Amino acid sequence: MSGLAMPKPDDATMRRRDEIVADMRIIVPGEGVVDAANSMRAFESDGLTAYRQLPLVVVLPQTVAQVSRVLKYCNDRNIRVVPRGSGTSLSGGSLPLEDAVLLVMSRFNRILAIDFSNRVVVAQPGVTNLGITTAVEQEGFYYAPDPSSQIACSIGGNVAENSGGVHCLKYGLTANNVLGIEMVLMNGEVVRLGGSHLDAEGYDLLGVMTGSEGLLGVVTEVTVRILKKPETARALLIGFPTSEQGGQCVADIIGAGIIPGGMEMMDRPAIHAAEDFVHAGYPLDVEALLIVELDGPSVEVDHLITAVEAIAIRNGSTTCRISQSEQERLSFWAGRKAAFPAVGRISPDYYCMDGTIPRKELPRVLAGMRELSETYGLGVANVFHAGDGNLHPLILYDANVPGELDKAESFGADILRLCVKVGGVLTGEHGVGVEKRDLMPEMFNQIDLDQQMRVKCAFDPNHLLNPGKVFPQLRRCAELGRMHISGGKLPYPDIPRF
Amino acid sequence: MTSFTPTTSDEVLSTVAWAAAEESPLEILGHGSKRGIGRPQQCEHTLDLSKLTGVTLYEPAELVLSAKAGTPLADIETLLAENAQQLAFEPMDYGPLLGGEPGKGTIGGVLAANLSGPRRLKAGAARDHILGINAVSGRGEAFKSGGRVVKNVTGYDLSKLMANSWGTLAAFTDVTFKVLPAAETEVTLAVRGLLDDAAAAAMALALGSSAEVSSAAHLPERIAARVAGGTLGSEAATLLRVEGFGPSVAYRIAALKTLLGKAGPLEEISGEASRLIWRDVRDCRPFADGTEKPVWRVSKTPGEGHQMVLTLRMQAAVSAFYDWQGGLVWLRMEEGDPEAALLRGLLRKHGGGHATLVRAAPSHRAALPVFEPQAPALAALSARLKQEFDPRNILNPGRMA
Repeated sequence: MSGLAMPKPDDATMRRRDEIVADMRIIVPGEGVVDAANSMRAFESDGLTAYRQLPLVVVLPQTVAQVSRVLKYCNDRNIRVVPRGSGTSLSGGSLPLEDAVLLVMSRFNRILAIDFSNRVVVAQPGVTNLGITTAVEQEGFYYAPDPSSQIACSIGGNVAENSGGVHCLKYGLTANNVLGIEMVLMNGEVVRLGGSHLDAEGYDLLGVMTGSEGLLGVVTEVTVRILKKPETARALLIGFPTSEQGGQCVADIIGAGIIPGGMEMMDRPAIHAAEDFVHAGYPLDVEALLIVELDGPSVEVDHLITAVEAIAIRNGSTTCRISQSEQERLSFWAGRKAAFPAVGRISPDYYCMDGTIPRKELPRVLAGMRELSETYGLGVANVFHAGDGNLHPLILYDANVPGELDKAESFGADILRLCVKVGGVLTGEHGVGVEKRDLMPEMFNQIDLDQQMRVKCAFDPNHLLNPGKVFPQLRRCAELGRMHISGGKLPYPDIPRF
Repeated sequence: MTSFTPTTSDEVLSTVAWAAAEESPLEILGHGSKRGIGRPQQCEHTLDLSKLTGVTLYEPAELVLSAKAGTPLADIETLLAENAQQLAFEPMDYGPLLGGEPGKGTIGGVLAANLSGPRRLKAGAARDHILGINAVSGRGEAFKSGGRVVKNVTGYDLSKLMANSWGTLAAFTDVTFKVLPAAETEVTLAVRGLLDDAAAAAMALALGSSAEVSSAAHLPERIAARVAGGTLGSEAATLLRVEGFGPSVAYRIAALKTLLGKAGPLEEISGEASRLIWRDVRDCRPFADGTEKPVWRVSKTPGEGHQMVLTLRMQAAVSAFYDWQGGLVWLRMEEGDPEAALLRGLLRKHGGGHATLVRAAPSHRAALPVFEPQAPALAALSARLKQEFDPRNILNPGRMA
């Protein structure tokens, strides 16, 4: 683990491990408790594989009552808990702690209700993202957010991370497609937020829960909105001599009032890696390759294809292919979808970053990245959700070369600092987790972070749920709650009545 | 009673910090267009944000707009329209319903009340479009959340938490919203003469098709005449709005006509006439009658709204109409009694949801929970959150009680 400080294990908890395991077996009988080191190995890391840690014990509950009892038990005894869905987090969100129960939600794998006339599906949190679409696609419906891990990632994990995907500019993130959840607080209380109606009452706790990275509660049920599949989809594959031209083309498409279903850009290293791998027919003499997908009724798609083609030509595209069949559309995507493994072929290891920038800053950020690439002596390839400015630089390194992982992480941190500097943010869809935790002060000052931690205090005042994630330094809730007003003296005794 | 009228974020901060030190409650106001919603306030001072104005960033190609919290919504909508863009969630105007002027309200109020409109079905509410905020908590501290990019999961989404907080957590100084292109065309297909249950079935059919219906409302007989200057006539109208590029709208309307050919007589309404109808549905114009007769805004599972209304009618005289495919029920209590316990009891029986008493005499609002009471564990959690933002209870105290 390269210099990442996690909360110091609690000695009292470590000493009581056997007793805790035995108590967990009482709460979750049968196969639901795993405590042998060999068997726990499968859970020692998530999608951020650079970090590994065996948990105290793995618990796989099957009912809401069991989740509630496990959490209450741990809360009463000051035992930490790390929740986990499918373990596909790219930011270490479900990285275990040595002294924490790892609460794995994968046995919550049933779809509970499908309602086509109100277009909602109620699912347990361990159902995969794709599993929801699979359940409704025969009737022509689907669940819109499609993170690239959708075959494996769980809907509960999607709520925790507010997952996106290539279609989220048009169809929204998880937060825009979840109507309700049931969750268990650290003290064991079961709370329902929202439902199958559109507006929830009171404070938007659902909005805060979505993307809270498992620090506020454990989701036990999710109600999502499903959509009717668009009648058709076609794509354009457009190459540009410079990234500036590609970026301007994207701006002009949106300026023309067109919100494509998907709009992805790749830079030269990514194009070459992808083409070498899947032979998608990508042009190799361009600096930027844009895939624009339009979906809807065919009359609309045909109308917009013509408009986008004209915009591309006006911006100096050197190639512009339009898919004439479903097979051709999929071939345009094949390279993009294989970009990560393709990069994996040209480098022993790669490190995937996830900043978002104002789109117009793309040329400046790409130039900055080239400079950093020379400074660090590591290559970088870029794929870019161009519509929403979400950049995924892939830093190429070799973990077997001593010091290269550290170098890659420093390079990545510098890229994210650059994103923040141009008005962007640290993470667009992968989450903060442990990975970007220590960079939070780049974006937020101490008052901002303290207010976020106070939200945490309302849900989990003892900081027992997923500690060590998101916040660089956890402050005690009692301390955070204090108001700093000096001895009865008003800070603004002469306030003007403006 | 002092009214503070800050013109800068720093002045907002010093005012709230002063009030926190004094433990002196503040009523937070923009234009006061929604002042009649919630428990009546009896604060010593008001914090009037209507002079904290100005669009600070608007980049159409980036789909983003930032403004000071007191900026008039009308100014923002005009600016967006000049660039063929809009706030896609179509914030409603409570002015007419609450006896005020139309066209008032600030962008901060849009977030504080989590406004939306008929396009809520497809495009969401203010909470789905807010990207970032700067605000001052009841602790007297200026904090920020979110950013100016449309995709961001860095830290907790405190911007969303501000939606529907009615000024009880923080005073906003700046808000940043995602903006979207306005549709090139809109056409409304009206199915005439349907009873509520048949209308619910027709709307479910339309929404379950790939026609991308962006709004679906049902105006029962007699209600229909109260929108758009009576152009619809008094016969019940089930309205389906289709928006987008010209050829696409024509195609999808044709598809809907085929789908609903047997449901009832069909009418096609386009252009300005269509826009006026949806504006009036959005603003609850059928009940904007200049009275204080209680009006409820009920959020329900779409297909179940009309069944609850049917049961309610057996026990109370009500007028009702439906937006959001029936998921939003507007109710006017004709005998003057809000019947809160009856309505909320029926809601629970009919699959849940919640009811907000958006219009009522101050005496009713002081005596009844205006917002839906929450289950004990959830209510306690909400109270703890309020405490974390406003430990001395100085921001709009009791408004959401």
